[in-house]
Amino acid sequence: MSSHGNTVDPKKTVLWDAEYHGHDVISTRSLGFFLYLLSDGMIFATLFAAYGVLSYSHNYFGGPTPSQFVHPWYTFTQTVSLFLSVLAYGMGMAAMKNRNRGGLISGLLGALVLGVVFLCLDVHDMTDLARQGITIATSGGTSAFIILTQVHAAHIFFGLIWILVMVAQVSSKGFTTDTVGRLLSLRMFWHLQAIIWVFVYVFVYLWGYIS
Amino acid sequence: MLVQLPGGWNPLLGRLALDQIPYDNPILAPLFVAVVIGTLVMLGLITYYRKWGYLWKEWLTTVDHKKLGVMYIIIGLVMLFRGFIDGLMIRTQQVWANGPHSSGVFGAVHGYLTPFHFGQVYSAHGLIMILLAATPLLVGFMNIIVPIQIGARDMAYPYLNALGLWITAAAAVLIMISLFVGDFAHNGWFGYAPIFELQYSPGVGVDYWIWTLQLTALGTTLGGINLLVTIIKMRAPGMTWFRLPIFVWTSLSANIIALTSFPALQVALGLVAADRYFGSHFFTAGFGGNLMLYTNLFWLWGHPEVYFVILPAFGMMSEIFPTFSEKPLFGYVTMVAASFAIAGVSWMVWLHHFFTMGAGPQVNSFFSVATMLVGIPTGVKVFNWAFTMYRGRITYSAAMLWAIGALFMLLVGGMTGMMLAVPAINYMVHNSVFVIAHFHSMLLVIVYAIFGSVIFWFPKVFGFRLDEHWAKVMFWLFTAGSMLVFVPMYMLGFMGMTRRLDYVFNPAWHPYLAVMEAGIAVYCLSVLSFVMLLYVSIRDRVKNRAEADAWGSSRSLEWLTHSPVPFYNFAVTPHVNARDEVAWRREHGLDGRQPDRYVDIHMPSNTGMALYIGALTFVLGFALTWRIWWLSLLALVAIILLMVIRSFRGDDGYTITGAELERMEKDALRNRTRADGKYVTDGLGQLAGAAMAYSRNSPPMGGNSSSGSQSGI
Repeated sequence: MSSHGNTVDPKKTVLWDAEYHGHDVISTRSLGFFLYLLSDGMIFATLFAAYGVLSYSHNYFGGPTPSQFVHPWYTFTQTVSLFLSVLAYGMGMAAMKNRNRGGLISGLLGALVLGVVFLCLDVHDMTDLARQGITIATSGGTSAFIILTQVHAAHIFFGLIWILVMVAQVSSKGFTTDTVGRLLSLRMFWHLQAIIWVFVYVFVYLWGYIS
Repeated sequence: MLVQLPGGWNPLLGRLALDQIPYDNPILAPLFVAVVIGTLVMLGLITYYRKWGYLWKEWLTTVDHKKLGVMYIIIGLVMLFRGFIDGLMIRTQQVWANGPHSSGVFGAVHGYLTPFHFGQVYSAHGLIMILLAATPLLVGFMNIIVPIQIGARDMAYPYLNALGLWITAAAAVLIMISLFVGDFAHNGWFGYAPIFELQYSPGVGVDYWIWTLQLTALGTTLGGINLLVTIIKMRAPGMTWFRLPIFVWTSLSANIIALTSFPALQVALGLVAADRYFGSHFFTAGFGGNLMLYTNLFWLWGHPEVYFVILPAFGMMSEIFPTFSEKPLFGYVTMVAASFAIAGVSWMVWLHHFFTMGAGPQVNSFFSVATMLVGIPTGVKVFNWAFTMYRGRITYSAAMLWAIGALFMLLVGGMTGMMLAVPAINYMVHNSVFVIAHFHSMLLVIVYAIFGSVIFWFPKVFGFRLDEHWAKVMFWLFTAGSMLVFVPMYMLGFMGMTRRLDYVFNPAWHPYLAVMEAGIAVYCLSVLSFVMLLYVSIRDRVKNRAEADAWGSSRSLEWLTHSPVPFYNFAVTPHVNARDEVAWRREHGLDGRQPDRYVDIHMPSNTGMALYIGALTFVLGFALTWRIWWLSLLALVAIILLMVIRSFRGDDGYTITGAELERMEKDALRNRTRADGKYVTDGLGQLAGAAMAYSRNSPPMGGNSSSGSQSGI
């Protein structure tokens, strides 16, 4: 097909491209991290599927159901803290565009503190449930409830470690290809966790409360 | 929160105790002694020949995609052999333990394997063959070939590439350790709920199974991301989408499958782990668990995985047929479309693995029709290959024979697959060895394509061709073995023999089982002929030296650069003018043209970090298996710390100057003239230092500052 062009002048044909500089580093890394986030999304999709399958009344085996143990208003404070954390991160990134290192670091620290608040609220909620005898081992339904919410919490935990690392790197190195690329990836990660939380809040907490 | 364990546990060693070492097992104990002696001999030889420094610098710390690919392939071949030995044990047990009067030894009533041991053997056979033989072999080929075919110097993330390799190696070590410390799962390679729950499988076998699978899933996901980004971002100028070689297209579609499906496996096994470690009730037979949820989640990954391994094999065949037919591939665009159609449908067929679940006629019909749809794009591919050969100038070289063998196997496996797609037939033969024969036919497509590729691409990587005679001997022995093993298996399936029998109750089946055992003997001969093939080829390596275009009729970009490929792949990035660039240059008398000037290029530095993290993932898997909590935590913290340290250090890479490049290129070209017979060096370097290298004496190790690094993450 196209490999049979008839007139080729060897002198004019371009066979090599010495000046080709290849791909741009940050966009290449962002694409790879975006693909990783797709697989992360698949993990949550599968967990939601498992939660859906295990949310019939018989899956609670006569034990407590979400309508008895979830507290949407309490969990709403978690929602607010996570969203504010994402907002703080976004404001930090806006500061980065102005090459404002102090602004970025305060944004990251704000995101960090709010993320810690989210996790503390989550741990308090879980210990409270455990005191009422609602644990991962209570029934298939509570297993799915706890694994889904705690896998999300684990993502937040590792995100917080990453934020700490970025605070240290930006303080010591400033804005380099490495640090800026990582800040962009971390932003995608942090936003995705907030988006997933929307689903968790709606399908697990709100829907669980009214079901 | 943690479950109560039935056996002993102590804080220091977890469940590990001396009685977990099967030193009284008459099969494993001698094997263990042999392995220890073999390891000591190998370590002794490395020390004697003072190769530790070489091994460390050139292989263990490398980020070169070709060397990583070679190591993937070595892991794959070793595990293929281990899986074959498992298969040999299964066949021998069944031909022996046949009928009530058959004898028994080693504590077995019939045959030589107790039911529990037999269960471990077939579980390990399946898991190893799919995830630690086929997958690393294919990933290895994608690693080596895809970057060169698109005209790139390396993968998008060389460090991540090394990490994927060492995590896969950790998985292989973990499953091998299970031979000698504790036991392995007896629940089949895909597992059944609730038999893998703690109360029915109290040992560590299932835990080994979980963590081995988790590690391979992690390694493959990382590799998949890397290949996708490489293909999207790293193509040479002029390499437009519709000039990509078909192997690149199939790698792309296969890795989209890997990226989207492996998370489902990780979740399925993570939930099994939650059941076994925390006492949750996802898949228990009480307390509100759901047994079929596991089967659905597993095959939600399992079926896409099947196409993840078959698609690169299709790509390999698509490279071999045109080269040895001296024609462009027939129906390029339809081939691309067919690959993506197969990848898309792969998500809609998982339920055909368990039609007998009883989901009702609508559900079964949907999945039946979806399964049959796969036949259309696959048929397109088969006809494309046939039309490629039609009126071509065919050379029946060894690689071509393997590719034709793959085509034949695909017809057998595909047709029986269509039969199984009919639920009415499926109910009759469910769990029979007919199913086993079917999917072995399909997996043999992959094995045939892989051996064809080993022969086809070997000169590109090592600089000399494999011996044609022994490659053909191996092909015919392997084919004879396949026929002898799997034709009787189809027949036994129709006679109603079910899979995984540690005792075969019907003496009338004995003749068939005996023929299959004879087939295994022929397979053994083909393994020996493979060893002979390697020996003869390495002995005659000087005679068989290959030029850049090793076959004289090659088509795609990897044949443009020298054989063996230098560590920088292309001294100057090629400008692509056509699909099948090398064939195009040859047809227009442009082959052999070299760049007129060389500029500085930038390469990633070697690093030991990937090896350390890989080793720690092994420690993590082992500690979790034996529930040694302090060690698990330590390994996890160490992994995170190493990742953080790596991110602080970064990788500046290093620069090769244009002058240096020009000198290396001239050397390579001089080697080429030597290959013409004027002057030939011994060149032990072919397999050692110079392989794929013209290596620098000391590739620099990881840099220190962070500015403007080009590669690694």
